[in-house]
Amino acid sequence: MTISLDFRAAQSPLIPALLLCGLSMVLGVESGVLTPPRFFPGASVALPTTVVVPARNFAFRAPGEFQRNGNPVSSPSHVVEQQAVEIMRFQVTAADYGRCVTAGACEPAHPRHSGAGDVPAAGVSFNDAQSYATWLSSRTGQRWRLPTVEEWDFAAGPMAADHGTQSPGSANDPSVLWLAQFDEQAKASARDGEAGLRPAGGFGSNQFGVSDMGGNVWEWTSSCNARTTLDDAANLISRIEVCGVRVLEGRHRMPMSAFVQDAKGGGCSMGIPPDNLGFRLVREPGLLERVTGWLQKMLGA
Amino acid sequence: MRAEDIQLNRRALLTGLALTTAAVGAARLTVTEALAEETPTPAPVNDLTKLPRRRVDLVPPPHVHAHDQVATAGPEIVEFTMTTREKKLVIDQDGTTIPGMTFDGSVPGPMMVVHEGDYVELTLCNHPDNTMPHNIDFHASTGGLGGGALTLINPGEETKLRFKATRAGAFVYHCAPGGEMIPWHVVSGMNGAILVLPRDGLKDGQGKPLKYDRIYYVGEQDFYVPRDKDGKYKTYDGCGDAYADMLEVMKTLTPTHVVFNGAAAALTDENALPANVGETVLIIHSVANRDTRPHLIGGHGDYVWERGKFSNPPLTDLETWHVAGGSAAAALYKFRQPGIYAYVNHNLIEAVDLGATAQFKVEGKWDDDLMTQVLAPTAIDG
Repeated sequence: MTISLDFRAAQSPLIPALLLCGLSMVLGVESGVLTPPRFFPGASVALPTTVVVPARNFAFRAPGEFQRNGNPVSSPSHVVEQQAVEIMRFQVTAADYGRCVTAGACEPAHPRHSGAGDVPAAGVSFNDAQSYATWLSSRTGQRWRLPTVEEWDFAAGPMAADHGTQSPGSANDPSVLWLAQFDEQAKASARDGEAGLRPAGGFGSNQFGVSDMGGNVWEWTSSCNARTTLDDAANLISRIEVCGVRVLEGRHRMPMSAFVQDAKGGGCSMGIPPDNLGFRLVREPGLLERVTGWLQKMLGA
Repeated sequence: MRAEDIQLNRRALLTGLALTTAAVGAARLTVTEALAEETPTPAPVNDLTKLPRRRVDLVPPPHVHAHDQVATAGPEIVEFTMTTREKKLVIDQDGTTIPGMTFDGSVPGPMMVVHEGDYVELTLCNHPDNTMPHNIDFHASTGGLGGGALTLINPGEETKLRFKATRAGAFVYHCAPGGEMIPWHVVSGMNGAILVLPRDGLKDGQGKPLKYDRIYYVGEQDFYVPRDKDGKYKTYDGCGDAYADMLEVMKTLTPTHVVFNGAAAALTDENALPANVGETVLIIHSVANRDTRPHLIGGHGDYVWERGKFSNPPLTDLETWHVAGGSAAAALYKFRQPGIYAYVNHNLIEAVDLGATAQFKVEGKWDDDLMTQVLAPTAIDG
């Protein structure tokens, strides 16, 4: 049985050609981008350390709730062809975020837990993370944004939890999948005894050099929560997105209203709450960088 | 999938089932031996395709849709529809507002009435203009977090839940979408009550039938409105804008408002609840979050199910009754004297300063035997 669920926009071969056409128009404007300054005058905004995760295919389960024939099922796994992503090596730190607050561009964070050293920003909402991305982009002249869930899983590699369950669910017993998901979430988020913040890098790096994914700070993604309805043969009938609720990534995925800074537990019907809410950003290559990269690739080939 | 795989799976499934049955059988044997005379008889399972269906349109509180006090036939499936609405609510006479959340636009949400053994079939809609997922947890239902696990819907979605009303009483329902959303949605207005009547109606402690001429439904609501630097109540564009501030006030456990039916003075003055001398009134008092203590000034509770559950004998002749947060009480009272009766939360600070006051306006003939003014106020003699 083939499950085909590709939610990513197809890569168009036209794009590089269009970029080339526009090259002469933007050269003058973007000429500074090739050698970006490390600091900007008037404000000490250092460019964040990033890691480029090289393109690869990887197995992915789309976020949100899935139902098939009206019954809840786990999100089907499918292969995503992911282009390279440039992502922050560390989560945005409390000190970095504080500069945005000082600049009046970000709301203050409200971390529930503290920690010593250069700890990540925690107690931030999706809206706060968006504000930070906007501020950082304007200060650096580059385009910084939250990763999608696909990009996060892609960069996390083995640190991303498998969001499926072994249980196929049951057509006439809603408790089967419910209990299975609960067990798997509980396992995935099993505490190592501390919810306090560790300095950046405190949870180690993966093979791409990306640090602290799957630590005790969950990260906002730009992906909206969604409900996907599949037919009997697992073909897509509908996928309805709810963008007031965004997807958090970490030891387990969790939908969360965009304005929430601190996910609380207790009487919870939607899974075990994350310890802390933070984020990291990805950098979109500028137009010139993209064209250059494409040309290099073409010439190299 | 190949045919032999299906065969294998089916065999494995059947084997598993057989093992389970054997284990259950053994367990039941043990129980039977231990409790020889108390073998539980399994509840009868109705063929739902053969049960009659009835659709009921809900009405806003303090009113309750028309219903039979004694069931006239066997169990039925009673169909209701409610829509969750996020909307600005004016909660006092100064015009203070909160970005509220409601079932069907009112605080409390409308009351549903069925009989024990009936099936409640609720279509729950989350209005497309809303910003958040909502669901419903019925304290009257069994399993699935009271239905909350099966009803979480996004704006623009609907879902249908059916549950069997197995216990007679007044029960709270409320939104419970997980984590901090639970108390926040509840104290933003998302709660109400369902009344499950015994099939043969209400009875006193001796089995004598009790009837009511009117039913009123009072929902007590605690609100937590944030203030600005000058101490003035803040206003917000939407629920999300208020979330962080409201949480801070909620955590003080000190409400800024305690009101009946969504706003101070919602049930007073021109909105006082009418009744006549000689009429018996059933008052359902639901409170989803905080304990309270209703008192009818100048009256009593003739028969009061303090915990709201009709398999227990009612208490009689109460002056004040206690309603635990997360429950609904039922009080039956026959008005014997005309006049205005204040119906209050008898924490009088909450009644007078925070808003928890309603009024009954009772018309009829004064009974001198019950009360008379022997001497009109006059200067003290001597």
